[in-house]
Amino acid sequence: MKVVKIATAGSVDDGKSTLIGRLLYDTHSLTEDKLQAIVEKSRQRGFDYLDFSLATDGLIAEREQGITIDVAHIYFSTLNTSFIIADTPGHIEYTRNMVTGASTAQASIVLVDARNGVVEQTYRHFFINNLLRIKNVIIAVNKMDLVDYSEEKFNQIKGEIEYLASKSNFQNQNITFIPLSALKGDNVASKSENMPWYQGEILLDYLEDLKQEDAQDQSQVRFPIQTVVRPKTDEFHDFRGYSGKIYGGDLEVGDEVMILPSTTKSKIKAIHFFDKQYQKAKRGSSVTITLEDDINVNRGDMIVKVAELPNITKELSARICWMDKTPLRLASRYYLKHGVNDVQAKVIDLKSLIHTDFSGKEEYPSALHLNEIGEVQLKLSKPVFYDSYDKNKENGAFILIDSKTNNTAGVGFIK
Amino acid sequence: MINTNILKVGALESEAIYILREVVAQFEKPVLLFSGGKDSITLVRLAQKAFYPAKIPFPLLHIDTGHNFEETIQFRDNLVKELGVELIVRHVQDSIDKGRVREETGKYASRNLLQTETLLDTIEEFNFDACIGGARRDEEKARAKERIFSIRDDFGQWDEKNQRPELFDMLNGRIDLGQNVRVFPISNWTELDVWTYIKKENIQIPSIYFAHKRPTFIRDGLIWSAADDIVYREEDEQVEERIVRFRTVGDMSCTAAVLSTATDLETIVSEIRESAISERGARIDDKRSEAAMEKRKQQGYF
Repeated sequence: MKVVKIATAGSVDDGKSTLIGRLLYDTHSLTEDKLQAIVEKSRQRGFDYLDFSLATDGLIAEREQGITIDVAHIYFSTLNTSFIIADTPGHIEYTRNMVTGASTAQASIVLVDARNGVVEQTYRHFFINNLLRIKNVIIAVNKMDLVDYSEEKFNQIKGEIEYLASKSNFQNQNITFIPLSALKGDNVASKSENMPWYQGEILLDYLEDLKQEDAQDQSQVRFPIQTVVRPKTDEFHDFRGYSGKIYGGDLEVGDEVMILPSTTKSKIKAIHFFDKQYQKAKRGSSVTITLEDDINVNRGDMIVKVAELPNITKELSARICWMDKTPLRLASRYYLKHGVNDVQAKVIDLKSLIHTDFSGKEEYPSALHLNEIGEVQLKLSKPVFYDSYDKNKENGAFILIDSKTNNTAGVGFIK
Repeated sequence: MINTNILKVGALESEAIYILREVVAQFEKPVLLFSGGKDSITLVRLAQKAFYPAKIPFPLLHIDTGHNFEETIQFRDNLVKELGVELIVRHVQDSIDKGRVREETGKYASRNLLQTETLLDTIEEFNFDACIGGARRDEEKARAKERIFSIRDDFGQWDEKNQRPELFDMLNGRIDLGQNVRVFPISNWTELDVWTYIKKENIQIPSIYFAHKRPTFIRDGLIWSAADDIVYREEDEQVEERIVRFRTVGDMSCTAAVLSTATDLETIVSEIRESAISERGARIDDKRSEAAMEKRKQQGYF
């Protein structure tokens, strides 16, 4: 069974949680006890319909305010697909949680309230989906029941988004438009009889047709070392294995490799996964490898193929999405975590603040505030071994950590 | 060729192994919270795989409520012996005797909440900086909001409105003195995934997970064990022998059984697939209120 990771996006009250509740309900994924709880709560609150958002808004404050504050991860399956959905918040102040939910998604559902059309948060979320290079974006025009299932309204919204998309710098993104009503169930899991003018796929069919590996592109193999395994037992006296997860491509016994930063060369002697050995290992697998030569390899080092070297640098140019209340400023210092490699970073240039409505950028701003996106130049205490985010998502992203609070303060996408 | 992505549980397995390796790399004194239930048994298997051929590089900690199913304790001791790992046991009874907590009384009395105090005391006693647990996001909707590295303060409190963003695979384990992290490597697993994995790996689990005859009584539509005195029973609650199994193994006083004839893993997997009631639906501690789990977590509950 394939696994498909999806994130939701859209402005507050556009009905993200309701849509997920509806998907759960229509795929019979809500167990009797959970459904019963929704029925009772809806009645208690005096609603004349089932409030499906109660299925996902798991925090007290969320139910009190009727909004989503943090990402909820929801799991459900159909016959051939297992879905992981990150239900993300719509409020501007929780944009960082939206980015968190979307970072590992291969598809993103952006909800638009058919009555209000494209609003500021729609721009912003559409922009972030672009920045994160999420391959498949579904523009779900919701609440069609409240605009008399008007085709004209739907086309108007479609036109506005298509105009935005034309300004995007990620032209390979697949954008699909679906008119639906999460509350009533139109075009969610069954074809709506109220919109005969819509000939496209319904939402669930579209999601089921997504392929599992769509999230990342095949590129060059990267093996960042997490831990060195030295059992020091009689049976494995001289065993020295390097553990990590494989990104970008595959590894095979006999591959000529280089260890970074030392640039020492060696060959892969064996690939271990628990008590078995394999000739080849596919990307995404957490394995332990041994090398032909006795080399000093540490956590944070990276093993790559000799013919496929990444960029090695002590200065980075990146787009940053800022996630902390304390703004990012010129000359500020942070811990930078690039995969499992930790270095220190100093902001040596704050080049621009990018407007998330695709209207361009402001040059040399004084700071990047919470939820703002900008371009920076960073100087590093030690080199990192990177690919551009366009080529390899995992090896092209990093986080900045505030050295005083230890909070994750921002995420960067390397150019 | 090893390609863990082919199977869903394979991809989840690689993710969990990655997380466990990050814990060992980023923390000085990690510990695995072991309840004897299927989720913590699965965690132990994953830890074994993550560091093989070396031994699991952290101890197991069992917070013993004293309300255990006999079989799970035997099972625990055998497992620890087989793997050669250190086991630490701390008893809720000791916290009660020392006056740290007060025993609940009456019909719904349970020691589930009291565990928190014993856990926090133990974390302090050993200076553990990372506690690895088998909680899953599909269990309950407050759990669905939990990060993989979840920061707790001195009081074990979860600041649910101010969680660190977790992007891609990157896990930020930097903490201040006095803080610790709860780590959930199987966050993205569902109950069905856990069972599918147990079956695939042929992992041994305690016998109470399989259908067996047990003296039971019914309360609030749920089936309770009357095999011993641990679950409080009123006189008019009739004991009857039924064929049951348990879906979760928590404190006996708050864990209900389900009617089942599943005596092997194959049948359990298909039973879970068709089940109409959620796993925690048989946990009375979650039924106290809609916000029961969140409130417990704010107080440091695991």
